[in-house]
Amino acid sequence: MSRQPVTCIEGLAAPFDASNVDTDQIIPARFLRRPRDAQYGSYLFHDLRFDEAGRERPDFILNQAPFRQASILVAARAFGVGSSREGAVYALQAHGIRAVIAETFGDIFFSNALKNGLLPVRLSLPVVNALRHAAAGPSPARLVIDLERQELVAPDGARHAFTVPAFARECLLAGQDEIGLTLSLLPQIEAFEARRSNSPA
Amino acid sequence: MSASTLFEKIWTSHVVQSRPEGIDLLYIDRHYCHEGSFHAFNALAAEGRRVRRPDLTFGVADHYAQTRPGRLAGRAAPPDPEMGRLIEVFDRNMAAHGIAAAGLTDPRQGIVHVVGPEQGLTLPGMTVVCGDSHTSTHGALGAIAFGVGASEVAHVLATQCLWQSRPAQMRVWFDGLPGAGTGAKDMALAMIATIGANGAQGHAIEYAGEAVQALSVEGRLTLCNMSIEAGARCGLVAPDDTTFAWLAGRPGAPSGAAWEAALARWRGLRSDAAAPFDREVRLDTAALEPMLTWGTSPEQAAPVSGTAADPAALADAGRRHAAAQALDYMGLAPGARLEGLPVDRVFIGSCTNSRLSDLRAAAAILRGRRARVPALVSPGSTPIKQAAEAEGLDRIFTEAGFEWRESGCSMCVGMNGDLVASGERCASTSNRNFPGRQGRGARTHLMSPAMAAAAALAGRIVDVREYVA
Repeated sequence: MSRQPVTCIEGLAAPFDASNVDTDQIIPARFLRRPRDAQYGSYLFHDLRFDEAGRERPDFILNQAPFRQASILVAARAFGVGSSREGAVYALQAHGIRAVIAETFGDIFFSNALKNGLLPVRLSLPVVNALRHAAAGPSPARLVIDLERQELVAPDGARHAFTVPAFARECLLAGQDEIGLTLSLLPQIEAFEARRSNSPA
Repeated sequence: MSASTLFEKIWTSHVVQSRPEGIDLLYIDRHYCHEGSFHAFNALAAEGRRVRRPDLTFGVADHYAQTRPGRLAGRAAPPDPEMGRLIEVFDRNMAAHGIAAAGLTDPRQGIVHVVGPEQGLTLPGMTVVCGDSHTSTHGALGAIAFGVGASEVAHVLATQCLWQSRPAQMRVWFDGLPGAGTGAKDMALAMIATIGANGAQGHAIEYAGEAVQALSVEGRLTLCNMSIEAGARCGLVAPDDTTFAWLAGRPGAPSGAAWEAALARWRGLRSDAAAPFDREVRLDTAALEPMLTWGTSPEQAAPVSGTAADPAALADAGRRHAAAQALDYMGLAPGARLEGLPVDRVFIGSCTNSRLSDLRAAAAILRGRRARVPALVSPGSTPIKQAAEAEGLDRIFTEAGFEWRESGCSMCVGMNGDLVASGERCASTSNRNFPGRQGRGARTHLMSPAMAAAAALAGRIVDVREYVA
């Protein structure tokens, strides 16, 4: 079964000035017992977005116009650290976020994002900071993230190169189903198993 | 053949196919499931795929396990019926795919990262994955073990393989031996405070040095468990006689001639003397003090004689901002002294610190004394609980005023409803002090079991060495 290809993302950027954003913040553990559905958008940053009575916190960036409609999050350092919960990716996507920009990402989050077509864009900290400042500026900042060219176009027209691991990029551009691809290698996997049962590692 | 690291030796022997893009199809020897794996089973079902190697898969019910006494007699109903339903879904998924499992009623049940090694299902030289970041724990036995998300869980279920790029190689040396009142948890926290919560991002860590060699397997499990809190993909320790003695006779370990053959292979699992590492870090273990966290990231840790950070003293704007936010959440003044800080609650448990040696260390402090604050202990597995009861540890805990619970992830992550109330300060032996981790508004201080036990007795943060001297 093929996936929806990801090629180019264009949208409004929301500034999210936080480092060491753990996945417990992105989606608190108590929501993980829910099956994946559209409701996941309401769990995103839940305890930061809502007070204990469930009211929106007006100071939280995604509760402010125009950032409610943001499809790109510009963070800082170390986004998506900690728990392996893929619900963090589901929540971002269900809320309409299609790409996150940061200096670094937690390894497991980075992989989870790519598997689901949420683009994690790694740029140097000065560039990330500049993009975040632009996003926080008086006029809405629209960014273009071109996965084909691995290039981000800032509101001022500046172009910033980024890299996504080659295999993940090919899978995203082609809408490749990785499990399907791996199952096409079944003879090699079986040969490996046969070799190992003769001489275990 | 060029010199290679332990990690590289294991990795290379598991590559099914390499692609020109620099990614390998890695064969997975052992895959652990838990209730949270339901997302992956749903994805599998949606595409009509089957579990390719149920015989290499093992399930454990832990995240949603109720821990109050009498859970099997129906006396510990979950606070939300959905939690109970997830245990049923887990049982159904395991049965439907023919996967052996330690469900809630199984005598082997416990926390997946405690049960796997305990049952001998994780062995030296293996590749091990689980849909849980603390899978790094299993590296203590000389395995490559790492956590994955639901998509990769589904991929392993369907293919028994994963596409992985090889992480960079890092070695952390613990020089010298830890003194009284300090151990594996203090070593882990000191390392993370030194290199940062993302200090090992993109790396596999091999732990080495005199202190690591001297650690029991249980201590090594604690150390490797916290690898992910330094951002590492995984952490591992070269298997040695300590490892082999610990594994011998476990249900999943080979026996007879197969054991001897395995030993011969396992003895070769070590980094060559000339093997290059991308990064080496040395830490002085002999100078180590008992450690605890003061903030909301595991890197925000300090010796018990130390203080919380003063943001004004931090040069880096990002760290200053993070420290100020952490102090605000934790209800601490800048530069606050840690010793003497009142605690409201104590939790001893989690895949980090719930093994028999952890319970013994806590009980040694508690024996004949009484806790001043509510405290809960959840053993890492049902067999550990029984072993502890056989040597009377449960009585030491209960006589000290602790609740003696059943096994599960419990208050480390609160998914079963074992929560710390908002604003409460908890001395916890778990692995994460993130905001809201133990419950919304909960304030977590990570520390060793002995330190947590001492905090329970004093009702405040104290130097455990006052109790062991």
